[in-house]
Amino acid sequence: MIAYLGRRVVQAVLILLGVSLITFALLYLLPADPVRQIAGRSATPETVENIRRQLGLDQPFVVQYWHYLISLLSGDLGRSYIQRSEVTELIVSRLPASLLLMVGAIACEVVIGLTMGLIAAVKRGTATDQSLMVASFVGVSAPQFVVGLLLLYVFAVRLGWFPIGGYGAWRHLVLPSLTMGILGAGWYARMMRSSMIDVLRQDYVRTARAKGLARSAIIFRHALPNAILPVIAMIGIDIGIFMGGIVVVESVFGWPGIGQLAWQAIQRIDIPIIMGVTLVSAFAIVLGNLLADTVAPFIDPRIKLR
Amino acid sequence: MKTKNTREREHDMRKYLISTVAASALALVLGMTSVRAEDAVDPNAKQGGAITITYKDDVATLDPAIGYDWQNWSMIKSLFDGLMDYEPGTTNLRPDLAESYEIAPDGKTFTFKLRQGVKFHNGREMTADDVKYSLDRVTNPKTQSPGAGFFGSIKGYDDVAAGKAESLAGITVGDPYTIKFELTRPDATFLHVMAINFSHVVPKEEVEKYGADFGKHPVGTGAFKLAEWTLGQRVVFERNPDYWHKDLPHLDKITFEIGQEPIVALLRLQKGEIDVPGDGIPPAKFQEVMADPEQKARVVEGGQLHTGYITMNTTMAPFDNVKVRQAVNMAINKDRIVQLINNRAVPANQPLPPSMPGYDKEFKGYSYDVAKAKALLAEAGHPGGFDTQLFAMNTDPNPRIAQAIQQDLAAVGIKASIQSLAQANVIAAGGDKAGAPMIWSGGMAWIADFPDPSNFYGPILGCAGAVPGGWNWSWYCNKELDAKAAEADSIVDPAKAGERAKMWSEIYGKIMEDAPWAPVFNEQRFTMKSTRMGGADNLYVDPVHIPINYDNVYVTDVQ
Repeated sequence: MIAYLGRRVVQAVLILLGVSLITFALLYLLPADPVRQIAGRSATPETVENIRRQLGLDQPFVVQYWHYLISLLSGDLGRSYIQRSEVTELIVSRLPASLLLMVGAIACEVVIGLTMGLIAAVKRGTATDQSLMVASFVGVSAPQFVVGLLLLYVFAVRLGWFPIGGYGAWRHLVLPSLTMGILGAGWYARMMRSSMIDVLRQDYVRTARAKGLARSAIIFRHALPNAILPVIAMIGIDIGIFMGGIVVVESVFGWPGIGQLAWQAIQRIDIPIIMGVTLVSAFAIVLGNLLADTVAPFIDPRIKLR
Repeated sequence: MKTKNTREREHDMRKYLISTVAASALALVLGMTSVRAEDAVDPNAKQGGAITITYKDDVATLDPAIGYDWQNWSMIKSLFDGLMDYEPGTTNLRPDLAESYEIAPDGKTFTFKLRQGVKFHNGREMTADDVKYSLDRVTNPKTQSPGAGFFGSIKGYDDVAAGKAESLAGITVGDPYTIKFELTRPDATFLHVMAINFSHVVPKEEVEKYGADFGKHPVGTGAFKLAEWTLGQRVVFERNPDYWHKDLPHLDKITFEIGQEPIVALLRLQKGEIDVPGDGIPPAKFQEVMADPEQKARVVEGGQLHTGYITMNTTMAPFDNVKVRQAVNMAINKDRIVQLINNRAVPANQPLPPSMPGYDKEFKGYSYDVAKAKALLAEAGHPGGFDTQLFAMNTDPNPRIAQAIQQDLAAVGIKASIQSLAQANVIAAGGDKAGAPMIWSGGMAWIADFPDPSNFYGPILGCAGAVPGGWNWSWYCNKELDAKAAEADSIVDPAKAGERAKMWSEIYGKIMEDAPWAPVFNEQRFTMKSTRMGGADNLYVDPVHIPINYDNVYVTDVQ
């Protein structure tokens, strides 16, 4: 177990290094010059060069990357080119909002997805099953931008049940979580359905049925706990998918998380922020996968750590 | 035959004229002095209340030495003050922290008398030392100010910019309320430079306390002070009770809510939740808003100091041929492009926008004439046209405008492929001599830093801007016009402002003969506001405050 974890941590560090190198290289290769953006349009070429020197951007790529890694080790992600604030501060101040949204989204997708999957499996082959599967297909394929605006229009503008964007109260959380959760719910519905169908075919379920247990008892007490395990083990992996989703959903709902920060930084080519958010997201994804893999054997004994 | 009465009047008139001439002559000998008359405050204005303004993007920084986007520009103006400012809602210069100023006859020495008893938000009185400190700071390369270049005419600037001196030699503090600027050349724009944010006054102790984070903890002398800044969520300003103008500001509080998409902001405005959508009316909703009388009533329209243009790289064939550039000017159907953006602009025929001094109303420019454009291309040796590239920024409506330009060019035989890129990439291509044959300036177009005709020349049409990384994307450099521009800018005497504006009109006329640009349109501004907001319309389309003049507006629903 410890050897396994040690190996995974080494892998994780290598992955993060790789991500940082690739992102740094891509941003370095961008044909835009961040110094000119800082210096502004009235700057003389001397001013531009001066700022370039101060930021160390006149150094060769390898030196720049090395300096970045060294500061990274001490937890310093640099200062934003546009906002001129510490990137760490910007990310830390926005991280709670993103985490909250993620929790909301996981709750939505698990509740909606598992319910849909369960009903579909129990009513297998009926019209209910088919329509639920079509719905899950739509949920998986609909672009989050469209889903978000649609929910916003119907529930916030038309019905007025929820506020139009913003942050703070639980009412603000509902629509963005739902938008993020609908995508995952589609996947979970399909996984839950097949897992449940699989379990319902097992011998012990047949036995339970044979000894005359009520249908609801069979489903909820015997089948569900077993069917749900492999599905729950997937949540860690979702974090990766969420990291992509928050960029869109946070922008639509004005949610002050790191996705919104990333989107703004990309538009303004604010390299230190793009680097910072990319690394934090990569870290979250690696951590999520590690958690999913480590926890899986405890939930589902058929899986072994190797 | 004249009656005695008329003669008497004539005599009085002559006496008046003589005294005026004498006064002017005296002014020229002693230097020109100007004293500020107090701005009249709107008698209907109500005191108190709070408003909410939304923005999509984070507020970058509120440090006046650094902030240089249209969102923080106006916010900084409310937190800080400079020696000069503009009458609210206009482009008329007037003293602000200065009480009066005096210009020496050679136009190279400006002396300002400061208003006494002006306090920073931390309670300390602002003095001439603070003004000097602020300008030393903004020009110091360590500050990395995007505005440092504006102070190039102050004596000693080059040494500070090169890091050889810490302080501008041309600035002398006489007494706590007197400050003198010596310039290396007469500079007619200097008073404007004293009004831009980069010259706003900051207290040394607060700058030193917060260091690089001063932009998050701004302390100035302005009408409002910063009350709260929750990163990514909101910025709150509250009324500065010690503001030197005792009747201003009218509002007690302004809340800027961050992270709101323009379309969401519009919905919230309709529900009465917010007062001004800071990013304006989303283009996709513009027609809907203007077609609905109830919504249209909330819109204020005004001009802005903006020109959208196509640059042609005069160092790249075939645009090194003036006939080709003129042909492009005639090939563009500007009316159609204006329609394409729902008439949110007016067609342009010269670099200067209509509200700028020096704009030539009589100038006709190149009219839309496909046949003539084809003939010019044939004369230039391209009867069948040629292939080229048109760079444009990739956000709506710019790709659509680029397509319209592409179609217009195709009609005269020019096949332009569109390079639709992120803003920074287009700017980079423009600043590279071999980078871009043609650029549609939309989304990056020049908006004047201050309302003076020279501001549309130097960086974007003069030789100084035709350098790698510069903003003169046509790489047009006419030494003769550079000399003429310098001559015009040495006319410092405000009495000769008309003469100076005329010289600038001529300069831009000559530029249009050489046609390095095809001017396309001047964008109009459309600000939306809630029905409870009061104040003259021009405060909502203030030429130097975007979106609105926070210090002078008020709400009508307070007691």
